[in-house]
Amino acid sequence: MTDELTRPLTRNVHPDRRPTDMDAYEANGGYRALKDTLGKRSPADCLQIIKDSNLRGRGGAGFPTGLKWSFVPMDDAASGPKYLICNADEMEPGTFKDRLLLECDPHQLIEGMILSAYTLQADVAYIFIRSEYLLAARLLREAIAACHARGYLGKDILGTDFSLEMHVHASAGRYICGEETALISSLEGKRANPRAKPPFPQVSGLWGRPTIVNNVETLCNIHHILERGAEWFQSLGIGEDAGTKLYGVSGRVKNPGCWELPIGTTVREILEVHAGGMEDGYALRGFLPGGGSTDFLTPEHLDLAMDYGTIGKAGSRMGTGTMIILDDKTCPIGFIHNLTKFFAQESCGFCTPCRDGLPWSAQVLEGLELGDGRPEDLDTLAYQIDYIGAIGNTHCALAPGAMEPVQSALKYFREDFEAHIAQGRCTYGHDHADGGAH
Amino acid sequence: MSELIPTLSDSEIAAINREISHVPYRSAVAIDALKIVQEHRGWVSDESLRAIARHLEMSAEELEGVATFYNLIFRRPVGERVILLCNSVTCWIKGCDRIQKALTERLGVGLGETTADNAFTLLPVTCLGACDRAPVMMVGDDLQQDLTEDNLEQALFGEGRSD
Repeated sequence: MTDELTRPLTRNVHPDRRPTDMDAYEANGGYRALKDTLGKRSPADCLQIIKDSNLRGRGGAGFPTGLKWSFVPMDDAASGPKYLICNADEMEPGTFKDRLLLECDPHQLIEGMILSAYTLQADVAYIFIRSEYLLAARLLREAIAACHARGYLGKDILGTDFSLEMHVHASAGRYICGEETALISSLEGKRANPRAKPPFPQVSGLWGRPTIVNNVETLCNIHHILERGAEWFQSLGIGEDAGTKLYGVSGRVKNPGCWELPIGTTVREILEVHAGGMEDGYALRGFLPGGGSTDFLTPEHLDLAMDYGTIGKAGSRMGTGTMIILDDKTCPIGFIHNLTKFFAQESCGFCTPCRDGLPWSAQVLEGLELGDGRPEDLDTLAYQIDYIGAIGNTHCALAPGAMEPVQSALKYFREDFEAHIAQGRCTYGHDHADGGAH
Repeated sequence: MSELIPTLSDSEIAAINREISHVPYRSAVAIDALKIVQEHRGWVSDESLRAIARHLEMSAEELEGVATFYNLIFRRPVGERVILLCNSVTCWIKGCDRIQKALTERLGVGLGETTADNAFTLLPVTCLGACDRAPVMMVGDDLQQDLTEDNLEQALFGEGRSD
């Protein structure tokens, strides 16, 4: 099969990362799915295709997209506006996949969003994008204007009775906005505190109306699936999951980057073939499979398939699919101290275990990293992992996510913790003056 | 009287009103309005905050709660260009602490500080989503990648984004 068929999401991504404009996008088959769908297929038919495709959310949780959409009321009881929101608030540490899609092919996202909104019969769509993605936000605004000019957005799209407005909302910087109910609070102009569920956003979201929030990569798949069908999409995956996945690798590897590959590609292929293996002089100790809130895996897991089920069974999560590599010259305690500080800073402050627990964990880890730790600190950490890490003790998943790399570091790298305590120093040579860099 | 009632400029009001036109109530654009004023004035002073709150028909205290929640709303003056130095995990592995040290030596400011000539404010930022090119930072609107002590000068004073 050609790239167009096997790598649908990145077929318009050029090595120099120049953006694909409206003309180039249409010349390569863009907006064909839109024209073949609006007024020609019912929203219910479209939803069935997405359900059949087995597409799962690419933002990290992996929830089946069609199932999520099926909770949106479609009958007359749903009179009044419904909303579709694209979560482009990419801030998970080590994650750099949505930036690629946004900067290189903005029309792909917009076509996906128009067709998603048509399926859901949504009236208004928002792209919630992080503040620092300035280039992407500008390209999206230009692309939206180009769509209005061609009648792909606005009133009575392509002569049908379907209308859609689309807005870009640039955030003001806060990781918790990536949590879908916090994102909705933020879009309403408030502090981004997550909300209790139920009610779920599908029923009561933005301004109390039915709302769907999906990740950039998820939405970019939609028009390809509607155009080529559920079976085609399923055929792209290697294992039990369907489609392709943007996988990334960062850290001390020869060729850090982001590639679209069949979902279910092995960790070894991603790391050794695409990322070129470890940098000379560095060996692999472990890796976070999909961002800063996933559990460590180790070299014994290299032959696992990167899909939701396989990585889950190994005790971690595929998350965003962008791996962070821990090499043998980087202190694992420093690594998780950095992550825990990040999560402590980005806690919204709403619930006590997260607001007060994460800074406490960061403080214990700092002591351990710098060689000031005591054996009982490991018991304190274990207590924090049990308490903060338990879903149900906290208001949302931020703090339990933060504990994932900590608990797995204690499991796999315990000898490092013990050596730091026994020797009273960082065994990797980090000290107060040099805080971590080698 | 004009000193007692803080005001927004016509262009600020026009930009804020464009946002208001597609939301159900005025305070829903609180974050957009803060960003619009910050775009015009560089930061959000107490006077600006009160003027925005009045325009959005909300209390200044409520708007302050929103403004201080977000990392990139500046409630103190910043320099002409803000440096956002990524300190998240991949940049840390790749030596962002060294870059921070070099920036401090070159510019004479630590994190949270503005240079004496008002050219730069140095701030830390969470993962910038460019981990394949770590360490990275933003200088003003431009992403600067693959930073080393040797290319910092170009990143600070050169034109445009590094590729």
